[in-house]
Amino acid sequence: MAARKAASSLLSRRLLTRPCPASSSGSSALLRAGDNLYPDLDRARELLPGAPLQRFSTAQAAAAATDEPIQPLVEIKHTQLLINGNFVDAASGKTFPTVDPRTGEVVARVAEGDTEDIDRAVAAARRAFDEGPWPRMTAYERCRVLLRFADLIERHAEEIAALETWDSGKPLEQAAGAEVPMVARFVRYYAGWADKIHGLVVPTDGAHHAQVLHEPVGVAGQIIPWNFPLLMFAWKVAPALACGNTVVLKTAQQTPLSALYVASLLHEAGLPEGVLNVVSGFGPTAGAALCSHMGVDKLAFTGSTGTGKIILELAARSNLKPVTLELGGKSPFIVMDDADVGQAVELAHHAVFFNQGQCCCAGSRTFVHERVYDEFVEKSKARAEKRVVGDPFRKGVEQGPQIDGEQFKKILRYVQSGVDTGATLVAGGDRVGNRGFYVQPTVFADAQARPRQPMILVYQVTAFSINVVYDESQIAKMDEMKIAQEEIFGPVQTILKFRGVEEVIRRANATPYGLAAGVFTRSLDAANTLSRALRAGTVWVNCYDVFDAAIPFGGYKMSGVGREKGPYGLRNYLQTKSVVTPIRDAACL
Amino acid sequence: MNASSYLSRKKKKQPNEHTAMTIASEIAMLGKTFETRDPRTGEVIAKIAEGDKEDIDLAVKAARKAFDHGPWPRMSGYERGRILHRFADLVEQHTEELAALDTLDGGKLFHVGKLQDVPGAVQLLRYFAGAADKIHGATLKMSQRLQGHTLREPVGVVGHVVPWNYPTTMFFFKVGPALAAGCAVVIKPAAQTPLSALLCARLAKEAGVPDGALNVVPGFGSTAGAAIAGHMDIDMVSFTGSSEVGRTVMEAAAKSNLKSVSLELGGKSPILVFDDADVDMAVNLVNMATYSNKGQICVAGTRIYVQEGIYDAFLKKAVEVAKKSVVGDPFNPNVQQGPQVDKNQYDKILKYIDLGKREGATLLTGGKPCGDKGYYIEPTIFTDVKDDMAIAQDEIFGPVMALMKFKTVEEAIQKANNTQYGLAAGIVTKNIDTANTVSRSIRAGAIWINCYLALEPDAPLGGYKMSGFGKDMGMDSLDKYLKTKTVEKEKRQNAHAGPKANPKPRTRKRIYTSWAKIEDHEWELKNFRLFSRASKKRVLVTLGSVTY
Repeated sequence: MAARKAASSLLSRRLLTRPCPASSSGSSALLRAGDNLYPDLDRARELLPGAPLQRFSTAQAAAAATDEPIQPLVEIKHTQLLINGNFVDAASGKTFPTVDPRTGEVVARVAEGDTEDIDRAVAAARRAFDEGPWPRMTAYERCRVLLRFADLIERHAEEIAALETWDSGKPLEQAAGAEVPMVARFVRYYAGWADKIHGLVVPTDGAHHAQVLHEPVGVAGQIIPWNFPLLMFAWKVAPALACGNTVVLKTAQQTPLSALYVASLLHEAGLPEGVLNVVSGFGPTAGAALCSHMGVDKLAFTGSTGTGKIILELAARSNLKPVTLELGGKSPFIVMDDADVGQAVELAHHAVFFNQGQCCCAGSRTFVHERVYDEFVEKSKARAEKRVVGDPFRKGVEQGPQIDGEQFKKILRYVQSGVDTGATLVAGGDRVGNRGFYVQPTVFADAQARPRQPMILVYQVTAFSINVVYDESQIAKMDEMKIAQEEIFGPVQTILKFRGVEEVIRRANATPYGLAAGVFTRSLDAANTLSRALRAGTVWVNCYDVFDAAIPFGGYKMSGVGREKGPYGLRNYLQTKSVVTPIRDAACL
Repeated sequence: MNASSYLSRKKKKQPNEHTAMTIASEIAMLGKTFETRDPRTGEVIAKIAEGDKEDIDLAVKAARKAFDHGPWPRMSGYERGRILHRFADLVEQHTEELAALDTLDGGKLFHVGKLQDVPGAVQLLRYFAGAADKIHGATLKMSQRLQGHTLREPVGVVGHVVPWNYPTTMFFFKVGPALAAGCAVVIKPAAQTPLSALLCARLAKEAGVPDGALNVVPGFGSTAGAAIAGHMDIDMVSFTGSSEVGRTVMEAAAKSNLKSVSLELGGKSPILVFDDADVDMAVNLVNMATYSNKGQICVAGTRIYVQEGIYDAFLKKAVEVAKKSVVGDPFNPNVQQGPQVDKNQYDKILKYIDLGKREGATLLTGGKPCGDKGYYIEPTIFTDVKDDMAIAQDEIFGPVMALMKFKTVEEAIQKANNTQYGLAAGIVTKNIDTANTVSRSIRAGAIWINCYLALEPDAPLGGYKMSGFGKDMGMDSLDKYLKTKTVEKEKRQNAHAGPKANPKPRTRKRIYTSWAKIEDHEWELKNFRLFSRASKKRVLVTLGSVTY
């Protein structure tokens, strides 16, 4: 139980309170002010005189990405499309390769779903919803299926985690230790909701009995990304099924394997045929077909803001299906001057580098108060250089490869742009090894234009306080650099200096995104002020990436529409029906 | 008979394993014992450790420790839920055994226990396992510069006193939500039926409920039960049983530490059968409502009001069906009605039947004991019952139906409400208006329309009037095991309220100010402008005006 708790409660907390499991050299990853941050570095130089120029630690060097990749002990059981309870080939017969990001080699060839397959899947889901047992059985029965599914996930945890790592390149320890237990937690959480979905009986101004029924919305189309294939599967599928919907799920073309496997487990748990259909394929073909489909009643998408816009448009052009979008972010992580710098560095590090930096809510803009800025940058550099990059199957590895060549190139382009626009490259900045898609943990400092004139225009002195008047135009110009504005989706930390709470609020909010934010401070007032002022769907105070099933998640502004998780996540998959009937001579209204 | 041989096997082994009190999950035999009897024969099944005041003290101490220092309230709701799910799985695996214990101990129908009661208890436990991580506080809208939220915290050590009519079900009615909420429990099963609770306690321990979080003390109401109700270290007591005992529980709570009280008490629930009803369906429904579990149900439908148009047909059919009912050994799958739980109840029911006859009601069928051994009573129907007769007013808790006639909807409502109780009511009609009007007009905690005894985990159950207060089942039942704590903290002056104080950048000339706190009054931004010389150059400054 303790182990499970540690695994499913979130990484940030664990990493803050315990020595980092990944630091195989034995030194604690929990940095404290005054620690000598360089012993590993010195040792690395001694031990590896001929090693590449990157100043990596022993641990990192030992796990160098150039080692022969570890062969995962997992069999790939399913590569076809799952339609109406059966694994079938694509109508076109086509397949596409899914690639091991450690090497770029093909892991498996997967059936490539297209419009015709989406049509078949929607027809199956339609039938399962309109005529099948799933929405008609009691909520308790649905709950039991989901509970059995959660048990099966736990029973096959190792296999699932290995498949996930193989396909996506995320560290096996992270997949097995945190993500798979979270998936089980998530499924159980929504299993528990199934028999507790309540409508209101509402009082009317008249002799009417009005009751509200929450009914499943119908066939849900869901499109999930490649950064957390299993978790996103659970985020989407569990609430939809708990409410009694049927689902057509399109996985990301980079990571189709784990969803197919767990979908087969869901059927083993007793899911009727046609209730969950999984179509592997590409966005412009299968994804677009799903979004435009007239037989789909609801869409949920997690991915980039650009794609989100297209999806919303396709929904509008077809049958006005409601859409839930969980999109990109450029989330600020704000370190106040009262923070313990060592801890702040560690948390900020994980906020951005977790999952190879491939998190929609990555805390990729690290705002640091000027009083602790220099120390923070120095320690962040040391921490980034200590980060263990290597084969994600290897124990102790903190960072695996990026998902694919496209992302890999994109990240390196952003790094170049950072250098070109005058930010200081403090750590990393290049690929690791010469095979696969490994990128060095990269840190930029001073990623802001120097103000051409003082930002503070006025100090208004009144009898009661001093009011600071900022020049807004200067603030807006401070964070113009691409690396401070755009979602990189890679292991690139951008450290920005700020002077005061007012200023950092404005700068943190000066983004089209609003997915998440981190605040690191000991001050109750600063925590309160920032958490209320930041325009973001989640504010983590003195923690980051805490993703419990009960906590709603979603974006402000262009980071999305709607909320997933928690009781709020149910709303996406429920229709609301008011049933009204007159009552005569009732004792009470 | 298969069931019987199963029983004799079990009888030798199982009950005796769990006859001791479970205090801090340790099974320990302390001194005195009492006998629990087989109501089929009146023979002793097992000797049970008899808990008294000192044992309750020990149990409360263990529960106190488990709550104040133990892991149970400190673990996450999900972890508690996981343990309760395992508990449910174990109970499910012991379905037959639990059903057999309740049959042996309480004379309940074995096949009903196996197919309905125990699976129902398992479902209920799973419901609360799923609820353990769904206990929500709220963030509040404050009128001053404050921010506030509520926390829903477990109430603490909970005392449970449960009846003998549904030993396993009642155990989980109480223990399920209390454990899900994070409370520590001291439960006293009924003196007549202590066996299944002790087995459940063992299963709880096996599932991982920490020591002290669940304590089972068999014993009598006047000693162990009274000690729970009057204990200074129990934070809340929940009782299911008769209204008289409920009153003493509440009194003891008031006289001790003002612990909160939840009572699920007696009933004399009406069923209104309207002219438009299908007579066969109505008779079967009423038969089930009155005679299920030998009439030993707090929500039993015992006052049957039939509209005059179908009264005669209904009466004739009701007698037919009652006569057909097979009374006998509850292990026999063909039997529909087992023995009453013990001699006391048996005597009480026969006394009421006698009273009914003496007060002038007409005995249509039944009214006599069955067989020469055990506590069996025939399904009994009275007609010509007046509203003020004892058999129309008192809870008999046996297979006795009082059949009455009414003319109009208004009359039916008036008669239905003519009772000190308000636990449940049934309506049999095809008319939507009748159903709506009557269901809103009867003062009772549960209304069943064209169904009865529809006990659902998500549906709160509990009484109006002297049938008690506080709900079992549903999310409502979690509420009584939770306390609400309001947390308010100062929101400092510089805290941004949100978008209003934080507009998007537009022009170079746009300037912002932050505002001071003056004698607790809020400053609000207004578009009132003037020039300031505070800086070296002349700049436009936006000032605030004070609003009260």
